[in-house]
Amino acid sequence: MQIGQEGQIETITYKSEVKNLNFYYGAFNALKSINMVLHDKKITALIGPSGCGKSTFLRCFNRMHDLYPGNRYDGEIILYPDDVNILAQNVDPIEVRMRISMVFQKPNPFPKSIYENVAYGLRVRGIKQRAILDERVELALRNSALWEEVKDRQHDLAFNLSGGQQQRLCIARALATEPEILLFDEPTSALDPIATASIEELITDLKNKVTILIVTHNMQQAARVSDYTAYMYLGELIEFGVTDTIFIKPKNKQTEDYITGRFG
Amino acid sequence: MSSINNLEEIRKIIDQHRKWDLAFTVAGVLALMIAVVTFIVLFAHMLIDGAPRLSWDFFTSFPSRRPEMAGILSAWVGTTLVMIVTAASAVPLGIGAGVYLEEYASKNLLTEIIEINVTNLAGVPSIIYGLLALGLFVYQLGFGQSILAAGLALALLILPVVIVATREAIRAIPVAIREGAYALGATKWQTVIDHLLPYSSAGILTGIIIGLARAIGETAPVITIGALTFIAFLPPAPIKNEFPFLSFEWLTAPFTVMPIQMFNWVSRPEEAFQFNAAAAGLVLVVMTLAMNGLAIYLRYRMRKTIKW
Amino acid sequence: MTEWRRNKADRVGKLGFSFRRHLHEKFIEFLLFLSAVLSIAIMFAIIVMLLKESWVFFQHVSLWDFLTDTQWTPLFDDAHYGILPLVSGTLVSSFIALAVALPLGTVIAVYLSEFAPFAVREVAKPFLELLGGVPTVVYGYFALLFVTPLLQAIFPELPGFNLLSAGLVMGIMIIPYVSSMTEDAMRAVPMNLREGSYAMGATRFQTAIRVVMPAAFSGIAAAYILGISRAVGETMVVAIAAGMQPNLTWNPMEPAATITAYIVQVSLGDLPHGSIGYQTIFAAGLTLLILTLIFNIIGHVLRKRYREVY
Repeated sequence: MQIGQEGQIETITYKSEVKNLNFYYGAFNALKSINMVLHDKKITALIGPSGCGKSTFLRCFNRMHDLYPGNRYDGEIILYPDDVNILAQNVDPIEVRMRISMVFQKPNPFPKSIYENVAYGLRVRGIKQRAILDERVELALRNSALWEEVKDRQHDLAFNLSGGQQQRLCIARALATEPEILLFDEPTSALDPIATASIEELITDLKNKVTILIVTHNMQQAARVSDYTAYMYLGELIEFGVTDTIFIKPKNKQTEDYITGRFG
Repeated sequence: MSSINNLEEIRKIIDQHRKWDLAFTVAGVLALMIAVVTFIVLFAHMLIDGAPRLSWDFFTSFPSRRPEMAGILSAWVGTTLVMIVTAASAVPLGIGAGVYLEEYASKNLLTEIIEINVTNLAGVPSIIYGLLALGLFVYQLGFGQSILAAGLALALLILPVVIVATREAIRAIPVAIREGAYALGATKWQTVIDHLLPYSSAGILTGIIIGLARAIGETAPVITIGALTFIAFLPPAPIKNEFPFLSFEWLTAPFTVMPIQMFNWVSRPEEAFQFNAAAAGLVLVVMTLAMNGLAIYLRYRMRKTIKW
Repeated sequence: MTEWRRNKADRVGKLGFSFRRHLHEKFIEFLLFLSAVLSIAIMFAIIVMLLKESWVFFQHVSLWDFLTDTQWTPLFDDAHYGILPLVSGTLVSSFIALAVALPLGTVIAVYLSEFAPFAVREVAKPFLELLGGVPTVVYGYFALLFVTPLLQAIFPELPGFNLLSAGLVMGIMIIPYVSSMTEDAMRAVPMNLREGSYAMGATRFQTAIRVVMPAAFSGIAAAYILGISRAVGETMVVAIAAGMQPNLTWNPMEPAATITAYIVQVSLGDLPHGSIGYQTIFAAGLTLLILTLIFNIIGHVLRKRYREVY
């Protein structure tokens, strides 16, 4: 239990817990003994200089590394409330990916219509009934603040959208299947400032609806949107805590140097 | 709300999908096997029928009415001479066109038409080139049913291959190399001849070898020109004893080539000739495979060594 | 000051516009331009040559007879000039070949691009390329002397020359062209699209069918069109294994001549230049080119329409 800022009593629930996670690209130890938690329905940001392993870490959560040969996990990522280690050999990565969605650095809509893009995750699950699809697609588009802009042209090719719209479409695609965790891999680094603002606003709106883990190279962004922040350096988790604390009074000298711009 | 996130149902669906994955993997391996097995059977069949005929005499004898006496001397000499003409014309023209399109051509309608046209030429059936050569080279230009006409016909046929290979090889060279040359005061042509062509030579060579391997095996256009199927003499030698030592009479000589010799033997009803066909086929396949293999090796090595 | 500048210039060569160098460059550019324009000249020459000889042909034979007569016997005393028997032979053999090559080529391409482990792909790709390099006359030999006897063991009434055997072998022959171009097109699809699909929990098969193939559609269509052009224009396999007897039939179990086989048959004989027999092969060649062109245009239209639907 902890006292929230407005003085109400909140229950802390963990959505996920990372225990002693090591990750290897072949012989290269890319992540070193990481321990961390994801708070349920909160936004956690991963920051750190490029090459520090924050994207590698993020991609462990939906087992994206399984797609390429020579990668190896060691340690656990426990998903609550099921209390299963999603990195375990007997856990199907496809099931993990159905439950944990991801939004990528560069918008990557499929060469399909807007509608079919959002419906993709549902179709992958074998849902065919038009009514369910229509309803879910609309809901996801509304939740990603795209509905008003595209409701009359849902069957247009998704490539015709602007960069910011494409990224919101990718978020809608990820939301349509009601994921338990939503992963963002530097979602605004390929976008202009206006589009970035709209995506940030959207991410903030999603708080309290879904647990979010976001990798960002932009510290202001981390400060603006996240509840918790983790600072990583050279594959290690240097500091993890409430965002305000990390940004105002970091415990670690390294973190402080990075955040104040003396390094990185 | 979580109607779509029922874990048990998800697992059931994933199981189903995995079966599809498995089924497709099996289908893929099977399809690949069909291609592989066919080739092995084809090669083995030729080897069994043809290998006993392969001897020194087979390479040094003219065709004959008696199958056991027949050989491929005139055929391989003819193929060699035709290939010389083909290479001598297709290589400079192909490289020239490739260099022009990649380095000189400005983005205009003509360039676009040329580009589309090169693609279209690659799709024109080879026998059509034979008809063109028959009308143009054999009769209009009066080359006759000669090595020259055949070599030029095959040159036209493989021109798109050389052009495309040249363009791709040159395009792979980074702009920085060009700028480096220009910054030292080189002209465009100096940049091309001193830098771009040498650095892209492996890629261009690969294309030339693949093109020539294809030309060696081409039968239809050469038949159309009117290559003879039974030739018991060699064209005049290109080197003479007296001044000027070189002779080009062979260019206008009648000829035959390997695939036509093989075709001729395949079409004979006597089984003994079919063994000759198998032997000729073996020689032909080994030749084309060796050339293609060399090209693949070159490209493989290039990929390993050159990292721009 | 002027003095010094001149001396300096003498030492390093004249600075400024060199007319000779300029001329040299322009001359070379012109030569290169000529070799590039040659491709247009070739296409032009092909069309002119086919039209010219066909024009003379159509002075003798009406276009109506050419398109509707059901017999093709230009070398007989009772000459008929109906192209249909040759077209039917061409279409039947091509259809069989494509029924083999397009599905198998596509499955191989999808397998190699999306499923196969790295090692398998590294071995299979060059092997397929080698397969594509085998001369067609060798495939003809194989069709006539291996596949036909094999088929005769299954269908005892199958004649020695038949479209089925030629078509099947042609299909096998075309597989490498289709698979290699299709695979190239699929591999050109950016990895982040695939990752987007996998991240939604899609399997390899779903990703390949629903995302990668639609994204690579225009490249795949180009591969199919090339395959079709190959089948329609293929000569030696059909000339050797299907016979050279024009036969208006849609039955693959019969012998029949294709357009290309007819051209080969005439070329093997000794027809005088300028005779009607000589002109028939140009009329046949023109038909072949138009046929290829039609398939190319259909492919082009399909490609466009498919894109618009999406």
